[in-house]
Amino acid sequence: MSDQAKGAVIIGASAGALEALTVILASLPPRYPFPIFVIVHLPPKKRSVLAEIFGRKCQLRSIEAEDKEPVEAGVIYFAPPDYHLLLEGRGQISLSNEEEVLFSRPSIDVAFESAADAWGDKLTAIVLTGANNDGAHGLAAVVRAGGKAIVQEPSGAYAQAMPQAAIRACPQAQIMTLSDISSFLQNKSQ
Amino acid sequence: MTETFEKVEDIEIRLLLEALYHRYHYDFRSYAMSSLRRRLRQAREQLGFATISAMQERVLHHPDMLADMLRYLTVQVSEMFRDPTYFAAMREKVIPHLRTYPSLKVWIAGCSSGEELYSFVILFREEGLEERTIFYATDINPNALAHAEAGIYDIERIKLFTENHRESGGKGSLSDYYSTGYRRCIFDKSLRRNVVFSDHSLVTDQVFGEMQLVSCRNVMIYFDRELQDRAVGLFRDALPRHGFLGLGSKETLRFSAHAENFREFVREEKIYQRIGS
Ligand SMILES: C[S@@+](CC[C@H](N)C(=O)[O-])C[C@H]1O[C@@H](n2cnc3c(N)ncnc32)[C@H](O)[C@@H]1O
Repeated sequence: MSDQAKGAVIIGASAGALEALTVILASLPPRYPFPIFVIVHLPPKKRSVLAEIFGRKCQLRSIEAEDKEPVEAGVIYFAPPDYHLLLEGRGQISLSNEEEVLFSRPSIDVAFESAADAWGDKLTAIVLTGANNDGAHGLAAVVRAGGKAIVQEPSGAYAQAMPQAAIRACPQAQIMTLSDISSFLQNKSQ
Repeated sequence: MTETFEKVEDIEIRLLLEALYHRYHYDFRSYAMSSLRRRLRQAREQLGFATISAMQERVLHHPDMLADMLRYLTVQVSEMFRDPTYFAAMREKVIPHLRTYPSLKVWIAGCSSGEELYSFVILFREEGLEERTIFYATDINPNALAHAEAGIYDIERIKLFTENHRESGGKGSLSDYYSTGYRRCIFDKSLRRNVVFSDHSLVTDQVFGEMQLVSCRNVMIYFDRELQDRAVGLFRDALPRHGFLGLGSKETLRFSAHAENFREFVREEKIYQRIGS
């Protein structure tokens, strides 16, 4: 499908995710030309309401991914709690309950690495606020595969550890404030 | 440069899977590539090989390395009463139907180290159906099957199992079903009275009987879509009309070629019922 060639956006966030994601996602225009995958650390035993919340806040369709969910442009896919989200080529999502990575399932590293394998230089990966160092390895893998890396400017983040770790592991990453990330993604759609 | 490197790795993976199939008849060729790739990278690093091809050479010539490979190629994460609401739905919504049968067959496909199997046997005992039921517990990993048959779990895991059991609507206390030894919980052998353990692959083997209930959770997520169709086809053939199929909480028949043979019975819990012929 022609949708598949254009590219994809993947975002990882932890503590403070809701507010940060709101700034970025709520302003995206309808018929956004890329799929957006969002990995947020969540308590494993609870049902997540993220997809519903952002379905209301956003102009884009927002869903919690199920196994082998087809990937479409203009849809926001949230990783479900207690599963890793992986990209099965450019057309599908696979879930997995492999062991936690850095105490996390979903793991941002796991998702970013598989997205890098699938999308190569067509991928934009973004690390936002968080209190651990998940996402750092994954972001480096994205850059190795030719993709673009963006990190939220740590001083403006609710929790700084995760963006700081990402910058250390991936010096090529562009450091941006939330509102810069937001306009960057909006401009990408034009 | 990066591009070609990635492609070489994918070629190596395909060759390794061919080698495993021709040499040992384990068929991982249609498993979901994303997760397989990740676990084979781990295997390569942790087992100390420079390349996946080197690993392939080794496993071809040394059968004793097969178990190591299977440890990476199959994911063995499990829990008793995992997703307690699934077992609660089985108890409240499925069991009343099963009660109407004089004898029952239940298939736990991809039973791993037995946690899901014991959850069902305990549930059926609590509901008074164990005596009339035969449980088939199948998997392709011989170590997992041996572990399931032994029914011994680390004592550190029992707190979670106990909580899950209670949340699933468990009637007694989970401790009624095991004794504790040195740092371990040994599940009572009476729980295995009606259980048949068997090596069976959803990829290469056939249906072996008519079942009233199949539970296959978090096994098919490691398959690609076409292979999922094969496995669900087996369940369709094993289930008579009104038979039940339970999947993992994020698995769905929505994308399946066999979707029209099932209806959603408890939607949120991914419990389906066989319809039609
Ligand atoms: C993640 S475990 C699921 C355990 C349990 N069903 C649960 O949900 O807790 C996946 C299991 O599927 C088994 N498996 C993988 N491929 C299989 C196949 N082709 N046929 C049967 N079982 C398979 C693995 O060996 C492993 O034990």
